[in-house]
Amino acid sequence: MQVFLLRRTLGFLATILAISVIVFLVMNVLPGDPSVTILGIDSTEDARAALRAQLGLDDPIWLRYLHWIWGAVRGDFGTSYFFRVPVSDLILERLPLTLSLAAFGTLATVTLGILLGVIAAANHGRAGDWLIMLVSQLGIAVPAFWLSMLLVLLFAVKLRWLPPGGFPGWDDPVAALRSLILPTTALALVQSAVLARVTRSSALEVMRLDFVRTARASGMTRGRILGRHILPNALVPIVTIVGMQVAGVVTGTIVIENVFYLPGLGRLVFQSIANRDLFTVQALVVLFAAIVVTTNFLVDIAYVLIDPRLKGRLS
Amino acid sequence: MIEVQDLSVRFGEAEALRRISLTLTPGERLGLVGESGSGKSMLGLALMGMLPEQAAMSGRLTIDAHDLSGAADREWREMRARKVAMIFQEPMMALNPLRRVGDTVMEPLRLHLGLSKSDARRRALELFEETGIQDPEEKLRQYPHELSGGQRQRVLIALALACDPGILIADEPTTALDAHVALRITDLLTRLARDRGMMLVFISHDLAAVARTAETVAVMYGGEIVEMGPVGQVLSDPKHPYTKGLLHARPTITGGELRKRLPMIPGNVPALADLPPGCRFSGRCAVELPHCAGTRPAIHAVGGSRSCACHRVPEVMDGAME
Repeated sequence: MQVFLLRRTLGFLATILAISVIVFLVMNVLPGDPSVTILGIDSTEDARAALRAQLGLDDPIWLRYLHWIWGAVRGDFGTSYFFRVPVSDLILERLPLTLSLAAFGTLATVTLGILLGVIAAANHGRAGDWLIMLVSQLGIAVPAFWLSMLLVLLFAVKLRWLPPGGFPGWDDPVAALRSLILPTTALALVQSAVLARVTRSSALEVMRLDFVRTARASGMTRGRILGRHILPNALVPIVTIVGMQVAGVVTGTIVIENVFYLPGLGRLVFQSIANRDLFTVQALVVLFAAIVVTTNFLVDIAYVLIDPRLKGRLS
Repeated sequence: MIEVQDLSVRFGEAEALRRISLTLTPGERLGLVGESGSGKSMLGLALMGMLPEQAAMSGRLTIDAHDLSGAADREWREMRARKVAMIFQEPMMALNPLRRVGDTVMEPLRLHLGLSKSDARRRALELFEETGIQDPEEKLRQYPHELSGGQRQRVLIALALACDPGILIADEPTTALDAHVALRITDLLTRLARDRGMMLVFISHDLAAVARTAETVAVMYGGEIVEMGPVGQVLSDPKHPYTKGLLHARPTITGGELRKRLPMIPGNVPALADLPPGCRFSGRCAVELPHCAGTRPAIHAVGGSRSCACHRVPEVMDGAME
């Protein structure tokens, strides 16, 4: 186990490092001059040149990368060209909102997806199965931003149950949570449709295995067989998909936060790219990548916790 | 006590079991033999109320005075494990791979008998000892993949015996095992049935295993019992042409040397839907008469407690067929 953890941690660091190099290269070959962003289009060429020299933008690219990564290791991601404040402050300020949104989204996805998938599998070939599969097919086909707008039209504009967008801040937790309901739903519905289908097919596959017959022969109820014997054995593919969906939910916040005017990291990504705010974009992409890589790491550990047969493969 | 009367199982047009009648008294050990597709496993599943959903069952089935003809799954659930238990062929995936085998055996003990965790553990340990599992304490904590095939089958037997059922159905329990392991499992089942006074339905295509295990044998073909009687008499003096063929097709060592070519029953077991309406064995039978394929043979009593479903039984009894 220790060897496994050590190897995975080294792999994690190497991945993050590789991503940082790629992000840095890509952001630096993209057209656009930060000095224009900072000084405005009307600025003189002399002023821009002076600023570029001051920011170190004329240094060779490898030197700039080393500057940046050395700062990043110490928690200094540079200063935003656009907001004129440290990037780390920008991120820390917005992180709670996006993390909450992603956590709620994942939780709703997992709950709804597994529940629907199991119900469909239990009613295999009957109306319930058919209905869930039809709805989930629709769910997969619908883009999240369009679904968001439909949700706003129905629940905010027509029924006036929930706010259409914006975020009141955490000082009023109830209002804060209320404003996250529609974004969470928009994030989770599509993802849970995918998960429901995966859960269903995985459960159906396990249902054919002999131990299910053994459990039946032991006088177990259908519910118990489903919950205690079939579902745990169907979990490995489910966890794999959930791992990928966490990435989907995290990147999904970019669209959702923009649709719902939520001041989170997703909105920050969008603004920074539009403003050529190099340091902010770099930091955010590395952060998002780190979240995804961490999730994959947790998924690998989950496999072993689920299935004792995989323990031998760790070292 | 099991009483089966005119039990038929249909899948649409095809008849998987046709008018099966048999009675099992407490402590009796019955062997069900026949080729694959003869309906022997289907009969085992019918006795557990575990027929496939598409199957339509008719006839009477009574277990310990409970009439289970057309019973709902809820009723059957009360019978399973507590009255009738079953073990199956493939021991590799017959146990939940994510659970320690001890927990698997403890599940029905806690659920059906309401034992506490420590009582269930103690009982599971006793069952492991009874089924001859080495190092039972340690085995309780192991996962199925850490056990050998023979050990897994013993765990399955322990699981089946957990709630002390009066009837154990063993469907080809040794087919996936090595020959010497298979022999020990057969003997274990016989011993357990004898010690506990438990009815045993031993389903197998292996005549030698049935001879070792059972007192009564029922030979099945095409969804019917074609011959039934005490195992020694049926195997030494078969009356039905199919039983004779089956016995002839066995590899035997005669005078220290294996016969070069095994005699075969001509033809293959037809698909369910293609079985002749009369005698199921017609078309493959060596002593067939013209009316055999169209007319169902009656079940003739052939001395003592023996019976045989063949149109030619009267002649067989006269010895004219030898």
